[in-house]
Amino acid sequence: MRILVGEGSCGIAAGAGKVYDALSEKINSQSLDVKLSVTGCVGMCYLEPIVDIYLDNGELTRLVKVDEKAVDSIIEYIKTDDIEKVKKLIVSDEDKEFLNKQTRIALRHCGVINPEKIDEYIADDGYKALTKVLTSLSPEQVIDEIKKSGLAGRGGAGFPTWFKWDAARKSKGEEKYLICNADEGDPGAFMDRAVIESDPHNLIEGMLIGAYAIGAHEAIVYVRAEYPLAILRLKEAIRQSNERGYLGKNILGTDFSRVMRIKAGAGAFVCGEETALIESLEGQRGMPRLKPPFPAESGYWHKPSNINNVETYANVAWIINNGGEAFASMGTQDSKGTKVFALTGKIKRGGLVEIPMGKTLHDVIFDIGGGIRDGKKFKAVQMGGPSGGCIPAELDDTLIDYKKLGATGAIMGSGGMVVMDDSTCMVNMAKFFLDFTTKESCGKCIHCRIGTKRMMEILDRITKGEGKEGDIELLEELCISIKDGALCGLGQTAPNPVLTTLKYFRDEYEAHIKEKKCPAGECTSLLTYSIDAEKCKGCTLCSKKCPVDAISGAVKSVHIIDIEKCIKCGNCMAVCKFGAVRCS
Amino acid sequence: MSVNANNRVNLSLLNGVIQEYKSVKGSLITILQNAQDIYGYLPHEVIEYIAKETCIPAARVMGVATFYTQFRFQPVGKHLIMLCQGTACHVNGSNKILDAITAELGISDGQTTEDGLFTIKTVACLGCCSLSPVMMINEKTYGRLTTDKAVKIIRDLRGEKK
Repeated sequence: MRILVGEGSCGIAAGAGKVYDALSEKINSQSLDVKLSVTGCVGMCYLEPIVDIYLDNGELTRLVKVDEKAVDSIIEYIKTDDIEKVKKLIVSDEDKEFLNKQTRIALRHCGVINPEKIDEYIADDGYKALTKVLTSLSPEQVIDEIKKSGLAGRGGAGFPTWFKWDAARKSKGEEKYLICNADEGDPGAFMDRAVIESDPHNLIEGMLIGAYAIGAHEAIVYVRAEYPLAILRLKEAIRQSNERGYLGKNILGTDFSRVMRIKAGAGAFVCGEETALIESLEGQRGMPRLKPPFPAESGYWHKPSNINNVETYANVAWIINNGGEAFASMGTQDSKGTKVFALTGKIKRGGLVEIPMGKTLHDVIFDIGGGIRDGKKFKAVQMGGPSGGCIPAELDDTLIDYKKLGATGAIMGSGGMVVMDDSTCMVNMAKFFLDFTTKESCGKCIHCRIGTKRMMEILDRITKGEGKEGDIELLEELCISIKDGALCGLGQTAPNPVLTTLKYFRDEYEAHIKEKKCPAGECTSLLTYSIDAEKCKGCTLCSKKCPVDAISGAVKSVHIIDIEKCIKCGNCMAVCKFGAVRCS
Repeated sequence: MSVNANNRVNLSLLNGVIQEYKSVKGSLITILQNAQDIYGYLPHEVIEYIAKETCIPAARVMGVATFYTQFRFQPVGKHLIMLCQGTACHVNGSNKILDAITAELGISDGQTTEDGLFTIKTVACLGCCSLSPVMMINEKTYGRLTTDKAVKIIRDLRGEKK
């Protein structure tokens, strides 16, 4: 019997570490014949911590939302084989569908193997593609296979991977670099973190194949500093690969030698832009460079460099093993293969979703994600983070395809998919992203530095009820000039959240400006809480739950909210059993 | 640069790091990260010392350090509260959590309480979106927060000291 505890960052945050320790202690003290091990993130984040029990015949019992208190019943189950002991914890058939409806390529090992054991990766076809490449394919043949697959950059822009590799290969120079962009900065996106934490060798193998194809002498992974566990696991994986001869000198006995190292970022969203990332790698402020020259020609230390995202590399070994055509058989005319999304927000079942391109947004949000939580109404989905946009509910039949998503005004993006219900104010959402880009703008070009600031000020005014006639037009004008004038991708796409919300939710902007109302009831400056004297029973619950003691009143007498003290958290409204708290 | 009132910054702790990275081109950020690990923040003396040892002008060292959000120039409180501002947390009400915590502590974002117990800092996405809204205090993650849950966590931590 084998027991796997899912220990990705999400699982650990939900308490998986404690569950593992408790299981380990009991298994050891009772000398049970069980192999306990750690695995990465299976992607069912909403059910963490997850414990998978594999019987010797390969049958899987998946237990979800396991806490320390449940450990005793798991031990009982192991000893007696009586499934009743853990019945309450077994994953429901409905939840099983979350995974059954997915097609996993980039995530194929996630939550299945132990990311800290190279042998488990090797046993599941690991390093097979690298062996094939080094022993039987020329660099040109590798690039050709990637071309056949139609693989495009998964970081968001969707540029054909083979084209970048080919350009870097053809670039003159002995010294070339292959870089992995693991600076996953979009708020609400954690696909790359999951891949590195759960399957680091898959990234290493994909990068080595890329390094062989372009003739890079060194491979570098630039990882966000906010991902300590990913850095730790990748370090260990690199050490193991070196030890086994998959990295270092004369890999697999061939004359191919490569080194790989990790560089931790220091917290700057703009470093996800490839030239800013290069500046940061060189120990500078992460400010983008003018393009051209492109990195393929002049990148890291002005040498030819190729930069791809984690998910892009995570597909490479599979493509070499299964052929480019197999990959290209999935998807649409313009978008091939699968894409990983981080499904979050007001969704019932949130987590990592990998599906073939060409499915609809509805498929992801409703069939896999189970729709909206708490029976509320689906309003919009935000894709592509601060560079992307909000797609309204009525367009949920849009296909997952670079061009189709682009046509809505949003982008495919790196995979953040934040679902919103009717309690989310779209003006406030736009403000949230502008606040983000304003803080993260590196300051190099005027359009981005000052333009986003001015936009932010207007949005702030509108959400505070101080919007005026002409604000919408001014916003639109600023959007266009920033798009046209900004130097890098961050600035050029920064207006997207505003443009898409203006396009689909203009009435909400108008309600804020003209009627001084927030239809979603989210912009606190436009709300006032009060207690209906006729409905209030004086139960005191609201005053107990008020975090700032703004509610006064004796038992069984009508309570009053002190408007000056009130922070409009809405706790009182949520706890009142008599519907006596009003918000207008 | 002014001399810090606290003269006890032991610069020799940095020597190992500087020796290791001094001759490796492009290592300034790595050196700064190591320095912050040692001192908990980047005191002025440390910035000047790194500049002198690496022959990089102090203004440039400072320029790089201030560009990245990871670097701090003031010591932080005993409990560093990092409140996630990711999209999922935002949609699930992280602003209300921030309001409740700042009201409870009487400080605003980025500040430290007078007793040196708490620092509150809003941070970019922590990546625990399914547990949103989320905060991390001294490496421990607290998920599915409500305003009163957040305030209770702070009060419990404060109780620890007394």
